[in-house]
Amino acid sequence: MTVYIREILEKRILVLDGAMGTMIQKHPLTEEDFRNEALKSHPHPLKGDNDLLSITRPEIIKDIHRQYFEAGADIAETNTFNSTTIAQADYHLEHLVYDLNFQSAKIAREVADEFTRMNPDKPRFVAGAMGPTNRTASLSPDVNDPGYRAVSFDQLKQAYREQAIALLDGGVDLLIVETIFDTLNAKAALFAIDELREELNRDIPIMVSGTITDASGRTLSGQTTEAFMISISHIPMISIGLNCALGASALRPYLKTMADKSANFVSAHPNAGLPNEFGQYDESPEQMGAQIEVFLKENLVNIIGGCCGTTPAHIKVIAEIASKYAPRKPKDELAWISAEMN
Amino acid sequence: MSNQETHILPPLTLSGLEPLIITKASNFVNVGERTNVTGSAKFLKLIKDNKYEDALEVALDQVRGGAQVLDVNMDEGMLDGEAAMVRFLNLLAAEPEIARIPVMIDSSKWNIIEAGLKCVQGKAIVNSISLKGGEEEFIKQAKTIKRFGAAVIVMAFDEKGQADTYERRIQICERSYRMLVDRVKFPAQDIIFDPNIFPVATGIEEHRNNAIDFFRATRWIREHLPGAHVSGGVSNVSFSFRGNNTVREAMHSAFLYHAIKEGMDMGIVNPTMLEVYSDIPPDLLERVEDVLLNRRDDATERLLDFAENVKQKGKAKVDEEAWRSGSVEERLSYALVKGLIEYIDADTEEARQKYDKPLKVIEGPLMAGMNVVGDLFGEGKMFLPQVVKSARVMKKAVAYLLPYLEAEKLATGNTAKNAGKILLATVKGDVHDIGKNIVGVVLACNNFEILDLGVMVPAEKILEAAQREQVDIIGLSGLITPSLDEMVNVAKEMERLGMRVPLLIGGATTSRIHTAVKIDPCYSGPVIHVLDASKGVPVASSLLSKEQQLDFGIQVKAEYAQLRVEHAGRQEEKNYVSYTSAVQNAMPIDWRSTPPEKPSLVGVKVLKDVPLTLLREYIDWTPFFQTWMLQGRFPKIFDHPEVGQEAKQLYTDANRMLDELIEQNQLKAAGVFGLFPSARTGPDTLTVYADESRSQIIETFEFLRQQGKKGSGVPNLSLADFVATPESGLKDYLGCFAVTAGLGIEHLLDKYAADHDDYKSIMLKAVADRLAEAMAEWLHAEVRRHYWGYAPEEGLSNEDLIKEAYRGIRPAPGYPACPDHTEKKKLFKLIHATEEVGIQLTESMAMYPASSVSGFYFAHPESRYFGLGKIGKDQVTEYAGRKGMALQEVERWLAPVLNYQ
Repeated sequence: MTVYIREILEKRILVLDGAMGTMIQKHPLTEEDFRNEALKSHPHPLKGDNDLLSITRPEIIKDIHRQYFEAGADIAETNTFNSTTIAQADYHLEHLVYDLNFQSAKIAREVADEFTRMNPDKPRFVAGAMGPTNRTASLSPDVNDPGYRAVSFDQLKQAYREQAIALLDGGVDLLIVETIFDTLNAKAALFAIDELREELNRDIPIMVSGTITDASGRTLSGQTTEAFMISISHIPMISIGLNCALGASALRPYLKTMADKSANFVSAHPNAGLPNEFGQYDESPEQMGAQIEVFLKENLVNIIGGCCGTTPAHIKVIAEIASKYAPRKPKDELAWISAEMN
Repeated sequence: MSNQETHILPPLTLSGLEPLIITKASNFVNVGERTNVTGSAKFLKLIKDNKYEDALEVALDQVRGGAQVLDVNMDEGMLDGEAAMVRFLNLLAAEPEIARIPVMIDSSKWNIIEAGLKCVQGKAIVNSISLKGGEEEFIKQAKTIKRFGAAVIVMAFDEKGQADTYERRIQICERSYRMLVDRVKFPAQDIIFDPNIFPVATGIEEHRNNAIDFFRATRWIREHLPGAHVSGGVSNVSFSFRGNNTVREAMHSAFLYHAIKEGMDMGIVNPTMLEVYSDIPPDLLERVEDVLLNRRDDATERLLDFAENVKQKGKAKVDEEAWRSGSVEERLSYALVKGLIEYIDADTEEARQKYDKPLKVIEGPLMAGMNVVGDLFGEGKMFLPQVVKSARVMKKAVAYLLPYLEAEKLATGNTAKNAGKILLATVKGDVHDIGKNIVGVVLACNNFEILDLGVMVPAEKILEAAQREQVDIIGLSGLITPSLDEMVNVAKEMERLGMRVPLLIGGATTSRIHTAVKIDPCYSGPVIHVLDASKGVPVASSLLSKEQQLDFGIQVKAEYAQLRVEHAGRQEEKNYVSYTSAVQNAMPIDWRSTPPEKPSLVGVKVLKDVPLTLLREYIDWTPFFQTWMLQGRFPKIFDHPEVGQEAKQLYTDANRMLDELIEQNQLKAAGVFGLFPSARTGPDTLTVYADESRSQIIETFEFLRQQGKKGSGVPNLSLADFVATPESGLKDYLGCFAVTAGLGIEHLLDKYAADHDDYKSIMLKAVADRLAEAMAEWLHAEVRRHYWGYAPEEGLSNEDLIKEAYRGIRPAPGYPACPDHTEKKKLFKLIHATEEVGIQLTESMAMYPASSVSGFYFAHPESRYFGLGKIGKDQVTEYAGRKGMALQEVERWLAPVLNYQ
């Protein structure tokens, strides 16, 4: 699979799908939609646990995958952003983690295979989405005790390991560790996946995508783009990139850093601008497309898609633009030296 | 593998919050070394005192001072190194100015390294791993480090030891490199070699090329091992010149100047201990470089002369006997500091005639001399054996004056004033007193009056004496774990009697944390743990000084209260598994491929009058020096620039004593052992049978199993695992032994006491302890070669024996693998240790004579030593049931290993 997707990435820019949450919000859902027979008497409210819909309302999720593939996406992300024991603890659904990941992977796989069969020249891929969890391994949530940690490396590693196993069982082509705001969380995820690679004796392609949280150009845990890249450089991966938090134009300088230095393919899936006063993202497909075209002209990316606020309409525009440009060529590892000499 | 391999490799990239990219252009990366408890006493104190905020300041100073990487080391025996590493790294992460730079996780303990790696988001450096523990361990550790995304420092160290020649350095580095690059696929640019910087100008011939060998090895590595870097701890090179910063700084910069030219591109350096190369005075530079580059035969002497010059300009050397021409006060002081006994009676007599009262001699010149000794010891400029010798001189002088003092007292009623009266005792059930005696001597040197009640002293006797003699302080000592309980008992009794005199706690098993958690809450007066003899004096002085006593007592109480809180908090963090799961995770032994061997002797054998000449060959001297508070390995300790001289003297004295003991046949060694048919009849139970028919059970030993949570594939060990079960269909055996080298010791000790010779008294006990250990070592070898006979060909050197390079183990009840002392009783009964050899067991299960060793023999090749760690109530309950003892009683014996209160 790695070889296969690499070959394609050498030739053209691949398109990642857009937001899942934004699309789910378009459906008027009630608490009942988040429950099935087994969860009928679950004592805690479940509404808002969007990952659960892969089990309770799979047709909604399948339809969203379908819309993105129709818009031209090459890669769909599974509906598993919060499907770790750590994130599901909020809903007391730790025990469902395997099913959540397995079912989400399975339905995305079904839709992807459906599209590949229709057009074998444009094979579709499924990326198992692994979110950051709601806890940070290198930051303290308690301002009075900066040495405190709400989660340990080992706990994260274990949670990610369980998620990865279920996603792979469900048939994903690759894993995407994304929206990384604390690099130590990501290192735990990558550690777990790397262990699985060895145990299963199987190549598991990985996409890694960090998040720059503010205009200082750093992650939430304080690292610069370069420091982030170096911190995860020990794990072989298909692509490194950035997503979320900022709109496309604000992402550009950091993406350029990656493009200049990375020996991997580079991905980007920005938000549809910054949220407005109602917390909504209101950049139109055309506005966003224009900014993304700048990335492509500057030859910064190999994989492009959308994060919060993006819809199939955005992805359609992005896919059309991407088809007009050649992909970026990965740098060799010596790029660090020349960068340093400057 | 050759020079042709010249393609450019990517640079070493590291990160904290910001990147650090090491290229040819970076020249030299400066690693900050002050956040290292082994290198900085100040930092160690901050960490020990839990002053992490101040410790962060140290780190910040390093960053502001230009450190590009921050070395963090928490390897200290008294620290929970893992917890300290985690806490410090977590706090560091919250300080952006410090966290900016990458961290170097520095430890000789793998668990600390791993814990540290779990705390850093950036790409760190691990310092260090090596082939010391063999290829398998090396590869495993390297793989894990790679997976955490860290670079690694590899020490030039292998199974045979540390590389100390050019050839060994390059051979080990190349082997390590090939293993890392070819087998682990470790990125070559992430490998940093530390080819060992050793001291030069030590006066030892073999050290002459230490710097050159490092330079050459550095060049070779940079030319032949593509991508790899070279680092090292620079301050080592000038070790011989401690205390002379002018010379040291010059040596550091000159060393770096040459090392960097050869390709060293990283180093642990204290920037404040670095002279600018071009600013080194030319005459000093020439001498320094003569030494570093081994340019002339007299290089060391010339640099020493120069150093002497820099240090004490104009000071003339004192002639050997010149001190005899000083005043009587000067002579007494000199004799005390140097420990010279030859003229002491004459000088004391002269002083007695000069001063109008004998008491004035003590209070005047003798105390003045002892104060000098106390100060020098406090500053670390004198070492314990010297202090004990000084005390011997003092005692001699006082003994000489005694008749005059008595006469004076009768005439006037005046008695001597002293700094305070201290009662010392080794508690009931315990017979070990070397440490207590040393503390007594050191305190006596500092003008405290010592009331030493000896060993095995019951609480009533301690309290009665304390009240009768109106002592100012009580000091309790003990070496075996049950003594901890007895100390708690004494503290409770003191509380009951409404006493408030300070209580000092000392001895090998005692600790600050135990004192804080178990003893301090029982007693309202001050309770203070005293780490070693050097701490006794300041603690006692503070307790008895009018100005400080209240504050000091309150301060320690508060400190211990805080320790208790932290301890309670920390305990919950440890992970334990149930006893049932621990049993399921026992060590799987492949009995088919390694079946037990039948001993050639099944039964009990007594060995009387084992010749000491034989045993002395088996002595492990390193602990002997530790007894005397001299740190260092034998025989390397003799080269130690600070304590080497003293160690040599001590060694000579010990051997002289051995000669005497052998010649006059004054001390006897004896032992007994038994090899019995045995089987593992329960998860942690070994049954011992009368004979090969295995029909009659003569003893049942119960063992304990580790309950700490283990990684996958790591067993929860119990000693019982090393013996085959009846179901295996195999016939296995268990050995027991008890040896002593203390028969006849009392007679000699009495004699030394009459001579006021604490030095010889302590020396004799230390030597007897070594002989007992030597006997255990020798007997074990005999058993392996002949009586059990599973290793008939074994012919190990004493060095290999000390390293435990043989098959089989001899764990002792009461020690880490089987901490229950009460099993010793069964063991003694089984081999008739008391009847046959004369070793007694006290109610606390201490052996008397103190110089005795007992234990089990396990022969299986997989058997090994381990620490039990803490265990849970489920196991303790089950264990008490098996032993037929009350739960409470078992809990009392096992108190130090319980994971619950």
